[in-house]
Amino acid sequence: MSIDLAHTPATAARAAEPLLDIRHLAVRYRTNDGHIDAVRDVSLTIGRGEKVAIVGESGSGKSTTAHAIVHLLPNAAETHADSILFDGIDLATASRAQLRRVRGARIGLVPQDPIVSLNPVKKIGAQVAETLIVHGLADRKSAAYRAVDALEKAGLPEPELRAQQYPHELSGGMRQRVLIAIAIIASPELIIADEPTSALDVTVQRQILDHIDLLAAETGTSVLLITHDLGVAADRADRIVVMNQGEIVEQGTPAEVLGSPTHAYTRALIAAAPSLNAAGQVERVLEVLDPDVAARVFGGRAGEPFVARSRLPGAADATLAPAVLSARNLVKDFALPRASGGGTQRAVDDVSFDIPRGQTFALVGESGSGKSTTARLVLRLAEATSGTIELDGRDITRASGAELRGLRRRIQLVHQNPYASLNPRLTVEQIVADPLVAFGLGSRADRRRRAAELVDVVALPRTALGRRASELSGGQRQRVAIARALALNPDLLVLDEPVSALDVSIQAQILGLLSSLQSSLGLSYLFISHDLAVVRQIAHRVGVMRLGELVETGDVEQVFSASAHPYTRALLDAIPGAHASGAPVIGR
Amino acid sequence: MTRYIAFRLLQAVGVLWAAYTVSFLVLYALPGDPASLLAGPDATDVSPEQLDAIRAQYGLDRPLIVQYFDQLLHLLRGDLGTSISSGRPVTDIIGEAIGPTAQIAATGLALALVFGAGLAIAATYTRHRALGQFLLALPPLGVAIPAFWFALLLLQWFSFAIPIFPAMGDKGPTSIVLPALTLALPTGATIAQLLSKSLVTTLREPYIDTAWAKGAGRVRIHFAHALRNAALPALTMAGLLIGQLLAGTVVTETVFSRPGIGRVTASAVGAQDIPVVQGVVVFAAVVFVLANLLVDLIYPLLDPRIRVGRSPLTPRGITPKTELTGARP
Amino acid sequence: MTETAALVAERPPRSDEDETFASTASDRFADASRNRANPSRSARGGLRRLRRIATRHPGALLAALWIALILLSAFAPALFSGQDPLDGVPADKMQPPSAAHWFGTDQVGRDLFTRVVHGSALTLQAAVIAVAIGLVVGSLLGLLAGFIGSWVDDVIMRIADVLLAIPSLLLSLALITALGFGTINVAIAVGLSSVAAVARIMRSEVIRVRSGVFVEAAFASGNRWSRVLFRHVLPNSIGPVLVLAALEFGTAILAVSALSFLGYGAQPPAPEWGSLVSTGRDFMATAWWLTALPGAVIALTVLSANRLSRALDNEGRRSR
Repeated sequence: MSIDLAHTPATAARAAEPLLDIRHLAVRYRTNDGHIDAVRDVSLTIGRGEKVAIVGESGSGKSTTAHAIVHLLPNAAETHADSILFDGIDLATASRAQLRRVRGARIGLVPQDPIVSLNPVKKIGAQVAETLIVHGLADRKSAAYRAVDALEKAGLPEPELRAQQYPHELSGGMRQRVLIAIAIIASPELIIADEPTSALDVTVQRQILDHIDLLAAETGTSVLLITHDLGVAADRADRIVVMNQGEIVEQGTPAEVLGSPTHAYTRALIAAAPSLNAAGQVERVLEVLDPDVAARVFGGRAGEPFVARSRLPGAADATLAPAVLSARNLVKDFALPRASGGGTQRAVDDVSFDIPRGQTFALVGESGSGKSTTARLVLRLAEATSGTIELDGRDITRASGAELRGLRRRIQLVHQNPYASLNPRLTVEQIVADPLVAFGLGSRADRRRRAAELVDVVALPRTALGRRASELSGGQRQRVAIARALALNPDLLVLDEPVSALDVSIQAQILGLLSSLQSSLGLSYLFISHDLAVVRQIAHRVGVMRLGELVETGDVEQVFSASAHPYTRALLDAIPGAHASGAPVIGR
Repeated sequence: MTRYIAFRLLQAVGVLWAAYTVSFLVLYALPGDPASLLAGPDATDVSPEQLDAIRAQYGLDRPLIVQYFDQLLHLLRGDLGTSISSGRPVTDIIGEAIGPTAQIAATGLALALVFGAGLAIAATYTRHRALGQFLLALPPLGVAIPAFWFALLLLQWFSFAIPIFPAMGDKGPTSIVLPALTLALPTGATIAQLLSKSLVTTLREPYIDTAWAKGAGRVRIHFAHALRNAALPALTMAGLLIGQLLAGTVVTETVFSRPGIGRVTASAVGAQDIPVVQGVVVFAAVVFVLANLLVDLIYPLLDPRIRVGRSPLTPRGITPKTELTGARP
Repeated sequence: MTETAALVAERPPRSDEDETFASTASDRFADASRNRANPSRSARGGLRRLRRIATRHPGALLAALWIALILLSAFAPALFSGQDPLDGVPADKMQPPSAAHWFGTDQVGRDLFTRVVHGSALTLQAAVIAVAIGLVVGSLLGLLAGFIGSWVDDVIMRIADVLLAIPSLLLSLALITALGFGTINVAIAVGLSSVAAVARIMRSEVIRVRSGVFVEAAFASGNRWSRVLFRHVLPNSIGPVLVLAALEFGTAILAVSALSFLGYGAQPPAPEWGSLVSTGRDFMATAWWLTALPGAVIALTVLSANRLSRALDNEGRRSR
């Protein structure tokens, strides 16, 4: 590893002072409903060559802090700071022209979402070279050459070809590499990477982060990494800064922050972080539903919640088969649009699995692996091209009409995105009671009572009943969606990435709720996720999907600790937080 | 690329045929008696025999479907029929009218483009909030003003109060100014509305932030990054805008007593001269199709994401949002 | 080369599962900021919401007031003016606007303000009929196309495409040629010529709502398709329809008055906004008010309708 001489500090005195020194930064957003203090009082330094990670959940002010450094905030933001010293220049009071000279040339920014962060009508090469051209660092011709170099450095294969292409011809991971090339081409002293991988698959995520590390190490560039994932921060940073509600609550080396957190929020964040959990560092206590409540709310028959059944919920019935649902040789072909030549594409290819009764079967895979399509086939929201699906030994692959609707009483769905899955015009009570109304079950008073009970079971306050979904937070909405799914007393819940849209602390709560419901009620889950760390916490059996095929199936212990398949191993290695945790993986 | 062009041409012909069919259905198949229409609006004392004679003369006694194919065959030979009120071929009437209409329409379009786009760019470029707000408030006003009223106001101010421009006729370049301004107002306002909305949205795109982060200046951000992306949705409306411009000549040429397509249309409707009205409708469809064809040829040059197989009539990038803001002609 | 690009861009349906964390970032941020915004927001209610709209869009409030006045004048013109719209006082002819005659008088001494007030009935009647036709037929077609999809969608949308190729004013003129003159025919013509545009907007709205995740959730809960349509899809499409109705109202007034200006609508001496302006043309050099003031009323009404439509649109978007 060579060290770029240009960045070797000229004098010892300069080396001693930090590259970036933020003193008392505050950012306030004006909104229609008043103002919000996004960042309250943040003071932060970044040394030369240091890698600092700011960790926090949505709305903690971490991104705002990062963008405030280079004044790239929306117009509605008001920034106040005693000073933001960057190598002697006070960015807080710098003129527009001064700021422009710093942006791109001395501070590079890697944005959040690579899919939308490149100009769709300009060639990749021109977009990378632009940084040099706006700063007069190269003429058009040599800028083009250096752009190809930068693309290569950013780890993009065939950089000459890519430079001639347009963004839509590149995948998300490739686009993120282009954005890294843009950030590094002018050899900046600081790179701000704002959640650079949250929109990408885990394996790609890891490659990208590795590459940023490598480049920073080679050139001695300082890095400010913004992330919601404590595991990522622990792996990558020299120093972790934890932010909550616009303030820094704790900072220190990864070992200090993870090993001996002083602030309650940090401890909560560690407890919630799935990646650290997967490494077996944290144990969680399940709160089991009160048996009285379970009997009262879920004492009814499956699909007939108002008709009492003899056996208690959760009690095993020896007469039933061990698998609640089995899928055999499922295939799903999608017709390609005629414009692109027609034909079909196989989204699900010969997939077979069993969902054990009262347990969780998880399907794991990256985007495009066909896991969500498989879930839709099981739910009969999409038609399988071939193969069979059996529910309690009954073939439901071709069920239609009344039989298909009857199926809904047994299998219910929780969507991944709680911001979109609830009808915005209905109240929570109406949403939760909707399946009951759909089947004409119970009287109006029965349904009201049941909605109230269900809302209670998912730990929402009763006052939520009269509210509309838009007035609730994401976590609360997901609880409403779970309550709705439970309304008919189903046997099987299909959970399609139920926590991937949520912050880690909320994720932990929802996963806890799901586990406790399962252990109290004997529910079976088909759990779809891209996140192995999450799966590790909730699943009993795991199936790993890749490009439509199920490459491996097994018990969660076996898959996580002794997987034979190289793809599974790659996925497991990509889970962040592994570097930080010295602890071996412990079984559930 | 040749496949793409051939496909577009084929679609254009299809649209023309369909538009012709629509005009035929409206004018000949709607409940109502074409023969009594053909006899003229004042002919209240026409005897049944006379009506039969008219039917026979225009072939209206044949089944509708026969009439349709007969007319379609004539159309393929470039024959749009003969005018009832003047007895002249419709193609001649429209052909003579194209010249004067093209003069004011082209001038009007140029004015609309310059002022509409200029306003949109100025409104989004300015750092002065109040000025930007003021400029953004103008296009909705322009869309709401009735063209005939605006034309009369122009006449009152610039022909009667301060006689700069002639009130009517087509003598000399000065006579073009007021009609062209009348045509430019709604079209320019629509362009300004579309483009400013599109610019505002584009300037909030994450890739604009990327450009700021590179250290690019405001001029570069607006003109090298935002404008081209923002112009794309507006470009897809070109066909509709030109159609709107053409339709606007009906009022404009009536107010300023200029010869042209609009006057031909107005008097044909007044005299219920069916073949001429049909001719104008087909002519408008031709103009629309040509404008869209032009856009289709330019579009792939501006937008690398252009996909093959999209209907030339489906205005790309029109979301309900842009249509709901009154930008629809 | 564009064809290979198309292959890349067109992938089979795929859920955006792995982008969810990034794609819902702004939602979570809104959650977090709502928690921290000042808590006065908890007080709600229709009145409060109305007041908020009024304070946030004072222009929209004025627009609503203006529309209300115009509607009132259509139903009860006597409230605004006690004079007769058809009989004039020849001695008072061609008087400029004054306290006695707000809008002045015309060539036979009729009070122009009275004629404009009485004219609103005809104009609004035509506009309402036009909007009703365009909206009912258009949204029904759009609903069918969007909800059923497949070939129904193809057929309806191809026809709409063709209709859009003919400028709406020319289509109206062709319809008037076939149907004959008069206010009602003008209204029908204007309404029919807006069907295609309405159908297209309605369709995209239905598709937007229909592809919503909550609609899939409704199916997965066991709802029949009829209940999904009436309980989940339609109520969420109503807002945009209202927005569209307000917008169409303005457009219809503009089209109706242009057609009567051209002489195809109400025949003199019946007062109608467009024909009032048309009659004033003959006295342009001497009596500016005869054209300027009725025209200004039309412009203000259209402007108000558009403004109202925009305010409804903004509010709808906020509450979504």
